[in-house]
Amino acid sequence: MTESVTVFVPNETAAVSLGANEIAERIAVAAEKNNVEVNIVRNGSWGMSWLEPLVEIVVGNDRIAYGPVSVDDVDSLFVAGFLQGGEHDLKLGPTADIAYLKTQDRWTFRRCGLIDPLSITEFQAHGGFAGLKKALESGTEHVLEQVKTSGLRGRGGAGFPTGIKWQTVASTDAGQKYITCNADEGDSGTFSDRILMESDPLTVIEGMIIAGFAVGASKGYVYLRSEYPLTQQIFGKALKVARESGWLGENIQGSNFSFDIDLHIGAGSYVCGEETAMLESLEGKAGLIRFKPPLPAIEGLFGKPTVVNNVVTLGSVPDIVALGGSTYDEYGVGRSKGTLAFQLAGNIKRGGLVEKAFGLTLRELIEDWGGGTASGRDVHAVQIGGPLGAYFSADQLDTPMDYEAFAAVGGMIGHGGIVVFDDTVDMAEQARFAMEFCAIESCGKCTPCRIGSVRGVEVIDRIVANDDREKNINLLNDLCDTMIDGSLCAMGGMTPFPVQSALKYFAEDFNK
Amino acid sequence: MTTKYTPTIATEIIQEYSAAPEMLVQILHAFVARFAYLSDEAIRQISLELNLSRADVHGVVSFYHDFRTEPPGEHIVKICVSESCQAMGSRELTAQAEEKLGIKIRETTGDGQVTLEPVYCLGNCACSPAIMIDENVYGRVDASKLDGLIEKCGG
Repeated sequence: MTESVTVFVPNETAAVSLGANEIAERIAVAAEKNNVEVNIVRNGSWGMSWLEPLVEIVVGNDRIAYGPVSVDDVDSLFVAGFLQGGEHDLKLGPTADIAYLKTQDRWTFRRCGLIDPLSITEFQAHGGFAGLKKALESGTEHVLEQVKTSGLRGRGGAGFPTGIKWQTVASTDAGQKYITCNADEGDSGTFSDRILMESDPLTVIEGMIIAGFAVGASKGYVYLRSEYPLTQQIFGKALKVARESGWLGENIQGSNFSFDIDLHIGAGSYVCGEETAMLESLEGKAGLIRFKPPLPAIEGLFGKPTVVNNVVTLGSVPDIVALGGSTYDEYGVGRSKGTLAFQLAGNIKRGGLVEKAFGLTLRELIEDWGGGTASGRDVHAVQIGGPLGAYFSADQLDTPMDYEAFAAVGGMIGHGGIVVFDDTVDMAEQARFAMEFCAIESCGKCTPCRIGSVRGVEVIDRIVANDDREKNINLLNDLCDTMIDGSLCAMGGMTPFPVQSALKYFAEDFNK
Repeated sequence: MTTKYTPTIATEIIQEYSAAPEMLVQILHAFVARFAYLSDEAIRQISLELNLSRADVHGVVSFYHDFRTEPPGEHIVKICVSESCQAMGSRELTAQAEEKLGIKIRETTGDGQVTLEPVYCLGNCACSPAIMIDENVYGRVDASKLDGLIEKCGG
């Protein structure tokens, strides 16, 4: 055989954490030994983390998937003739036909897994930079209009309408404005920012440039958490590639618009994911929350009007501009428009990323995509929206996934993370952890959060120890109310949600 | 690889960031990457060259988990202790690592080989439980995998 075979082996945190680098090396060695020429492409991830490392072979017009592959499988894959799509226990068939993927509404993540994340050519071959080109041709008003029409809301968790935020910055007069991309994805159970930045970083860069163009900013910052070293490496390279090809920097593609991006690394503080703490950290300071108002859109980074958007929000923008806001608006329900990248995590059989239009139920996600728990036991509790999100009980799984429906039952979708627990979980321990986490991560600026969280741990300990139970449960409820009403930001203001929901739906765990 | 602190290298790092106070968080990162931790001497030099008070610099150093002020072990083992990994047994993994290394979390072994730390999410939640050793993330870590990885660190 003389023709080179293209083999995709993901260079993405989940795949690499399970041996993808060793697999790529082993394939190269085995190919040489077998006298076959292979072209190993390090793509990103399709988001089917349960199948990682997912190795694909190009056969004809198909990409044939094998997974989850371990380094010890490589030799038997060669014996099975996997380079020609041969039969093997790990063979999954054409990637595009895998039900988990086929049934999704891929918008923001449509190039993830498909392309080499650092290839401008492949990015453009699949519609990359079409949004930016359209923006430069059609002008700022048109861009603002499309983003407003799309109904896109902030995907970081707060769900604020993106178009309105951009319009505020655009309408505020200032010599300098900034675009900041919040990539401080600290919520447990979430990894969509990471997957997008590792698998299709150029789309985030494109979204930031479009935002800069729309509001009149020439400078952008990405604030990436330090727990993502591989993301840092890939995104850093993507910035370089974009700069070298004239898509980032002075006079982008010969236009009179200039925009550049700096990558800053966070330092292990959860609260820096809150937008004003992030701005403080970007200014080189401790991540203390700022009072609002003034809003960052009016006085943000270095006191200048600043767009603060999440990675996925910015990554959704290019196609909204390219295809028109009304196309995006067709997805979703009510005031929750478009798609969300739900992330299935924790004790789940088929964990990964599921991009779907809003409106499906939690049960569909956990059962149809997730396949139930990894342990095979009953689903007992589900935490949605990160460590500040409420715990849902097994009989609330029919709640539809949209911002308003969740708010109505005291929950929040947040950044779309779904963490499943089986019936071995001790919910009193989880409630205690929520308070403990807040005590560790509180910025310390406001008293309800700083002191309340410490007291919260103590009160839960007393309840569990059966020390004056009734009185302490009342005290805990009072404390939760004080934190909700009196905290400056979501850290102290929402930590009570997992605590109260645990107390409400899993009361038996507090009385053992 | 980390090197021993010298004022000359420190100045070079600070100059890479134009000695700009707004780059303090990034400068501290670069110091930890180069010298493994932030000594009193280093903090004094940063405050002088950035024209900040030592209290200012200390305030930033002590705010962030990443900015260690004590020398760590040769290898840093971080166990994710957030909810997704809790759902898959990270509490048991932490206990196992503590027992195997004979230390508590946030401590370093007597021979200086391993520092054990908690980390609040590595973003590998679909492959929980996850741990990180130095710069490498590992997923679907069970008891035997953890044992093997710790042994490789000389623990």
